[in-house]
Amino acid sequence: MSVLADSGPRPAREGVGGRLSDLLWRRPGVLLALLLVPPLLWLGVVYLGSLFALLLQSFFSIDEFSGVIDRTPTLKTYGELLRPANLDIIWRTVLMAAAVTVASVAVAFPIAYYAARHARGRWKALFYLGVMLPLWSSYLVKVYAWKLILAKEGIVGWGFDSLGLGRVLEAFLAVPGIGGNSLSVSPTGTFIVFVYVWLPFMILPIQAALERVPDSLVEASGDLGATPGQTFRHVIWPLALPGVVAGSIFTFSLTLGDYIIPQIIGTSARFIGLAVYQYQGTAGNVPLAAAFAVVPIVIMGSYLAVAKRLGAFDAL
Amino acid sequence: MRPDRAPWWLKAMAGGGLLFLHLPILLIFVYAFSSEAKTFVWPPPGFTLQWFGRAWARPDIWEALSLSLRVALIATLVALVLGTLCAAAVARTRFFGREAVSLLVVLPIALPGIITGISLRSAFSLADIPFSFWTIVLGHATFCIVVVYNNAVARFRRVSGNLIEASMDLGATYGQTLRHVILPNIATALLAGGMLAFALSFDEVIVTTFTAGQQATLPIWMLEELVRPRERPVTNVVAMVVVLVTLLPILGAYYLTRGTETVAGSGK
Repeated sequence: MSVLADSGPRPAREGVGGRLSDLLWRRPGVLLALLLVPPLLWLGVVYLGSLFALLLQSFFSIDEFSGVIDRTPTLKTYGELLRPANLDIIWRTVLMAAAVTVASVAVAFPIAYYAARHARGRWKALFYLGVMLPLWSSYLVKVYAWKLILAKEGIVGWGFDSLGLGRVLEAFLAVPGIGGNSLSVSPTGTFIVFVYVWLPFMILPIQAALERVPDSLVEASGDLGATPGQTFRHVIWPLALPGVVAGSIFTFSLTLGDYIIPQIIGTSARFIGLAVYQYQGTAGNVPLAAAFAVVPIVIMGSYLAVAKRLGAFDAL
Repeated sequence: MRPDRAPWWLKAMAGGGLLFLHLPILLIFVYAFSSEAKTFVWPPPGFTLQWFGRAWARPDIWEALSLSLRVALIATLVALVLGTLCAAAVARTRFFGREAVSLLVVLPIALPGIITGISLRSAFSLADIPFSFWTIVLGHATFCIVVVYNNAVARFRRVSGNLIEASMDLGATYGQTLRHVILPNIATALLAGGMLAFALSFDEVIVTTFTAGQQATLPIWMLEELVRPRERPVTNVVAMVVVLVTLLPILGAYYLTRGTETVAGSGK
């Protein structure tokens, strides 16, 4: 009996493992610490440490003549970001990200709406997998597929020609600013591929938001005499908005950081991601690359702050 | 009851959207059999199987494939351990800084990949770490943790805490409870998370370009071919194989977690 009295209502466990288990059971804090230490060491030291290293590098500068990196802290590198050529890159990237986001919403909304409010059973599963498979299939393969599609001799050109609309495509490609030699080397091509590759990231949060719109609200709106258009504008759209904002976080952030799509499909005009890649690689100007990399972090930080106000995180 | 009659234009737009998502990937399959070697001409002038043999005989593809598989395997194992530990801590207890921990896990995938990549590269260069197999694994494991974590945390929330308490009250050690109570309950979620982590690592390219040095994983090999094409038909074949290899774990993860409230992969 004395054993029982000493160790509470249940006999103490035996052996080393048993004693350890008793200790952990009585002190959940120790167990929690044991659980958290390995992942926090990895993410906190490796990942946050790396982010910090990046930030640190952006305050270094490079000697323009010798190419040697000077490790005294300075804001000179950030000053270089304000050069017209670099401002151009930032401006072009933000504009592209905004256009891609708007187009993704337009294409994603009907898919998300149908999947959330009309599809049932088998069709629902089909829509789910139909969005999930492209989301997870290889990013490079998707980009490569569009290289095939948009090539001058590819399927789009063929389609226009066989419909007798070859001239229309040529006229479109002749427009400066959006056209080029063929679709695969035009800004329009870059735009289409961005929309394609990020589209699933927009569909899923919108669908999640629409699933949560109660049917009774939509019915009530109809019963009170609203046309379907009015119901959409005043009931469905406001409730779907957090999902739209959540999706736009993905499309915006992913476009800001991508350096592969503009390199493979598009003109040689640079985007932030490509600039970071080239400055750290061929140019060897790591401080400027680091400073450039801070730009998307700042843009996304302010974007997330606004999105949080709009309640976008509940729809993730 | 919700009216199931969708207007025809909504059906057309939704169906069209799904086709838009899938046709480009299917097109790759057609091109892999095309007999045209120099251009991307459509429609293909003829069909052939010869590129499969040509791809099979290329040692550089096999090396890249083997490197990708080994990296994905180790990165998945690391992510499984770290992601599960983290999920167990966050799902079952409340503690100071809990929100910060879940944010920290999501961060490597919330920030653009190029930031993760260049950060790791800066850290390697500041610490004088040479590029190796392990630097690739390190980068991949970092962003794979979140996938395992998302699946595990959803499952941990549904496993009743009473089960674990009962097991401990009946005198089981933590080791026994883990083996006989916790693991059987979370196994499918872990398997699904692991498969998705594997798929994610297998075709990651953005972070890898910064952490690989001179070695080529399969995606790096493909990127090289895209920037400086050498043998286009062989690239088509590899692209098709990559689609098929990533398809299996994704479908597997879907079937393993079907019917639960959170389906694996919904938050890439």
